[in-house]
Amino acid sequence: MPKNYFLQPTFFRITQKIQETADTFTLQLASPDNTPPSFLPGQFNMLYAFGVGEIPVSMSGDPSRSDSYLHTIKVVGDVTTAMSRYEVGDSVGVRGPFGNPWPLEDSKGKDVVIIAGGIGLAPLRSFIYYLLNHRKDFGQVALLYGAREPDEILFTNELKEWKQKLDNQVYVTVDFARPQWSGNVGVVTTLLSRIPFPLDDAVAFLCGPEIMLRFAAAELTQIQSDNIYLAMERNMKCAIGHCGRCQYLDNFICKDGSVLPYSKVKPFLSKKEI
Amino acid sequence: MNHFGKLLKEHPFFQDLPYDDLDFIAGCCTNQVFKLGEMIGREGEPADHFFLIREGKVVIQTFIPDRGETTIQTLGPGDIIGWSWLFPPYNWNFDVKAVAATRTIAIDGKCLRKKCDDNPVFGYPVMKKFAQVMIQRLRAARIQVLDVYHKNPPA
Repeated sequence: MPKNYFLQPTFFRITQKIQETADTFTLQLASPDNTPPSFLPGQFNMLYAFGVGEIPVSMSGDPSRSDSYLHTIKVVGDVTTAMSRYEVGDSVGVRGPFGNPWPLEDSKGKDVVIIAGGIGLAPLRSFIYYLLNHRKDFGQVALLYGAREPDEILFTNELKEWKQKLDNQVYVTVDFARPQWSGNVGVVTTLLSRIPFPLDDAVAFLCGPEIMLRFAAAELTQIQSDNIYLAMERNMKCAIGHCGRCQYLDNFICKDGSVLPYSKVKPFLSKKEI
Repeated sequence: MNHFGKLLKEHPFFQDLPYDDLDFIAGCCTNQVFKLGEMIGREGEPADHFFLIREGKVVIQTFIPDRGETTIQTLGPGDIIGWSWLFPPYNWNFDVKAVAATRTIAIDGKCLRKKCDDNPVFGYPVMKKFAQVMIQRLRAARIQVLDVYHKNPPA
């Protein structure tokens, strides 16, 4: 095993593959010694499909679980297409964990609003596990999740379980639905009015397409922008803040993010040049 | 404060209006309950009322040939249904259906329009509230058509 997990990919073996939806799957990855470096919710690994390329993928598993990583991946390009063909027993190169986590300590004692869009629920899942493992440290919690259509809803069984554990405050909506769908229809921001507690003392964690982050954060007018955190995405290569590919203002998303406070990025989110 | 004034005060849409205004609006209010599957409004038909949802679930729908009834948005407690009563020709633009037993405060549109016309100092803040909801719904509809979760969004 290499001493440095950050610069050189380590061979992790796929020990389980879960097909979440038609184009999204979760890989369980075990390190050679079955004790991969620990991570915090919101961090990511660089996953390498040998001979194809390397991409950043957030952890989607329980951070208290020390034997393996879970990564939930949507097929969008060459690397993810290659990984979608992997089976149990195949190997993936792993570097990491990288990035700043969700602000766990600073959020303790506060109410929490979690807003996820599409595949954005995956990086937030590790935080939800953390929150459920430390439930007494947080106030009221509401999870708002928007997907494109019912077939693209991730972690459907867990959403039901979380609903029970979070006093029914789990709200799911889809942008487009077939007539048979009996759930909510409308963009994720339409769920904000369902939150039954005041947001004055809340923190909000948002993950999803950047345009969704922009519109959703703008509607959280009751929450101070210092208490709203966005998981930002940029093209990453080195993941250690050297190559500059993921520069965003004076931050490198790989090193200073991917979780950034809304107060820091708010003036620049609608700048096309950035 | 009268009975409907109190109910209006409990609903997020009107709760920041002064008590006197809520009592004034209360004269246009009735309670209305819709059963599962009951139509609240039908596209093209007169929109005499709007509704404040207290409990339940409602869908805004339209019919698309070959696709059937298509839901555009779901509404729930704290939401309002309808602004077609505000502007001519005062007809519903979409179908509205209860998809759960739904308790509402129904407000007579003609009655409230008259109160707003007769007393613009009262009517202007009321109209601003509706404008705010329209902006929210328009923004939501615009994001919806952007199809932001599609992996290959249209160029």
